Amino acid sequence: MTLWFPRLPTDRLQRREQAQKKPIFDAPPLVLVAKVNNALRLSAVDRKATSLGLTIGQPLANARAMLPELKVVAANDPADLKLLTGIADWCDRFTPFVALDGPRRLLLDVTGVTHLFGGEQAMLDHIRSKLQAQGFAVRGALAGTAVAARALARYRDGAVVASGEEEKAMKPLSVEALNLDEVTTHALRRAGLKTVGQIATRKRSELAERLGAATLAVLDEALGAATKPITPRKPPPDYWQEQNFAEPVVTEEVIRATLNSLTVALTKILEQHGVGARRLEAVFFRTDGAVRRIAIEMGAPTRDAAIIGRLFREKLAMLSDPLDPGFGFDLIRLSAGRVERIASEAVDLDARGNEKSEINFLIDRLATRFGSHRILAFQPHDTHIPEAAWVSVPAQHTPPSKLPWRKTRKAKDAPRRPLRLFARPESVDFTTAQQFVWRKARRVVTQREGPERIAMQWWHHETPQAARDYFRVEDGEGKRYWLYRNGTTSQWFLHGTFA
Amino acid sequence: MKSLGQTICTHARALCASCPLSDICLRRVENLTTLKAFLDKPEFEKTPIRTSLGHVDADFCLKGGLQHGVLHEVYAAIGHEATATGFVAGLATRVAATKHLLWIGQDFSAHEFGELSPTGLLELGLDPARMLLLSITNANDGLRAANDALSCATLGAVVVEIRGSPKALDLTASRRLTLAAAQKSVTAFLLRFCAQPDASTAETRWLVRAVASQTQNEDWGYPAFEVDLIRNRHGKTGNWFMEWNCDERIFQNATADHDAVVSASAN
Repeated sequence: MTLWFPRLPTDRLQRREQAQKKPIFDAPPLVLVAKVNNALRLSAVDRKATSLGLTIGQPLANARAMLPELKVVAANDPADLKLLTGIADWCDRFTPFVALDGPRRLLLDVTGVTHLFGGEQAMLDHIRSKLQAQGFAVRGALAGTAVAARALARYRDGAVVASGEEEKAMKPLSVEALNLDEVTTHALRRAGLKTVGQIATRKRSELAERLGAATLAVLDEALGAATKPITPRKPPPDYWQEQNFAEPVVTEEVIRATLNSLTVALTKILEQHGVGARRLEAVFFRTDGAVRRIAIEMGAPTRDAAIIGRLFREKLAMLSDPLDPGFGFDLIRLSAGRVERIASEAVDLDARGNEKSEINFLIDRLATRFGSHRILAFQPHDTHIPEAAWVSVPAQHTPPSKLPWRKTRKAKDAPRRPLRLFARPESVDFTTAQQFVWRKARRVVTQREGPERIAMQWWHHETPQAARDYFRVEDGEGKRYWLYRNGTTSQWFLHGTFA
Repeated sequence: MKSLGQTICTHARALCASCPLSDICLRRVENLTTLKAFLDKPEFEKTPIRTSLGHVDADFCLKGGLQHGVLHEVYAAIGHEATATGFVAGLATRVAATKHLLWIGQDFSAHEFGELSPTGLLELGLDPARMLLLSITNANDGLRAANDALSCATLGAVVVEIRGSPKALDLTASRRLTLAAAQKSVTAFLLRFCAQPDASTAETRWLVRAVASQTQNEDWGYPAFEVDLIRNRHGKTGNWFMEWNCDERIFQNATADHDAVVSASAN
């Protein structure tokens, strides 16, 4: 199914004005302009301007001459794209396969879902009327292939062409319906082929030779002889459950209860398939078209309704901008992504398995609250560079490392690495051999041990870094510092403090 | 004699009898009663689990060791933040044994005092693989996370680093931590930087500073602390010189010439 928004940019502005309650009856014709080849040309024209004879591509100067009262606004492609994405979000309620198709078109794969909305024609009419009520000029058509749907949306708004009937529907349309590039279209017209039907009568070999294989593929698709799958904006979820409401829901209790029942239903399906999800997304469709998505992630594949329910509750409680039902949600969907097979749960002999799952649950909870980048686990890294000897990684997504941790000190020795390490070594001045200044405070050296020379990994850097000579230094109060001297510049730095 | 909880309950019942919402009220009162009963319960009824620190005198004052399932506060003397970090790491390892440890650090302390380094922990004898680090932006989040984490019985200990005396850390917050710690018997540690001791429900409160090493040897030995136990709810307080034995993972008397240090500091 293709939805075409021929006046998306002007609709965007007019919807905004409408929201601000400005009268639009006596508004002047509105056009948007963009610079094309160093000249301002109309890039979008509203209904009034169209009826007065303005067209897209016309130079602004001409348009101004025709209609002096014209209202002109600069084109804003990012805002248009954002609006189109918003519409695509709204369309998610009909099918998970929604793709953006050019700057003003959406492509929906509705295979197998039309019966949920009362058939193909009913679904198309429903979507079109809903969008029109939102203030969009929209044309839509449904066909077996994307190219055919695109052409029909433009030339036969509201048409539904069953699979296999594309040829009949497409033949009378002009060659522009194929949406080929200008050169090819021009070439076809010059060859006297004015409709799709006329092209179809030519031999395939002739067409391939004159126009290339790509054009031929488009033609095949237009006539229903070949199909190309669409590329949806988001990977479709593996499993999902949804709840429609005849009457939009506003109260928190109902929303919560719905989420719970969806969770139970979804986990049942997951269990039947022997899998668990690592990411769950609740999508709330508001009656006014706004869509809110709330996702939780888990470290291990999960299908426990209690755990999922609790994580969602925490997530909802922690939202910085709370879930705003506005005039109510009319559809709530829960989908499971990143589905993995769960090995059938055998009870461990000792409590180790249980312990691990409890820790994982804690990690998931904290990650849900504060973000997965905040709850970290340490992993060793096989290098002698002090600040690179470990990495802190999100605990949620990392399996335990296989590398061992290696101590630097020998038995009975004092620690050789500091407990607190500065991410950026701080510059230190030695005023005398026995005194240094760090953070504007003078510290007297009473003990010093070293040097321990640590060479940098010259093979990793374009300009080799200087080796560092590390000293462990104690001051009069017993505070212990880890200082180093840059091997080439002889500058001193403080890299960390010992316990 | 009636407990406080019972008294409240009786009064509330009498009040509620005439009220049309009495049903809801009574249920609330019952919840309140359970809570009161929980609070009224004398603590000696539960036999607390204690872990010995290894330092004989300190263990004596603590009646056998550091109590599990309560809140302990450790204050770092100004400038001795790394030392206090090491002391808390030692206490938490003693308590947690082979269980996991959750360390809640503030972004700001990482900038000011340095990031907690797993290689440093390893050198102290801790296992970095059993360590989880939660970095948060403000004390409020840290305390909430700690309350949450204390409900996970498989965790050995939870350490919260707090810089200064934020508003979020009032008596209520510390009581909440104490209750959460008691529920699943997970021990909570508050590591306070740049702060003055104030009212709290902590079981023990320590003040930690570094001690100059007395040895003139090539190696200056294990980390040494001057530890002040300034509050102990169920025993005596004290002041000791300890060191953390990184090999045995216990606290012990500072070995070399600590008497000299004591007399020096007494003067």
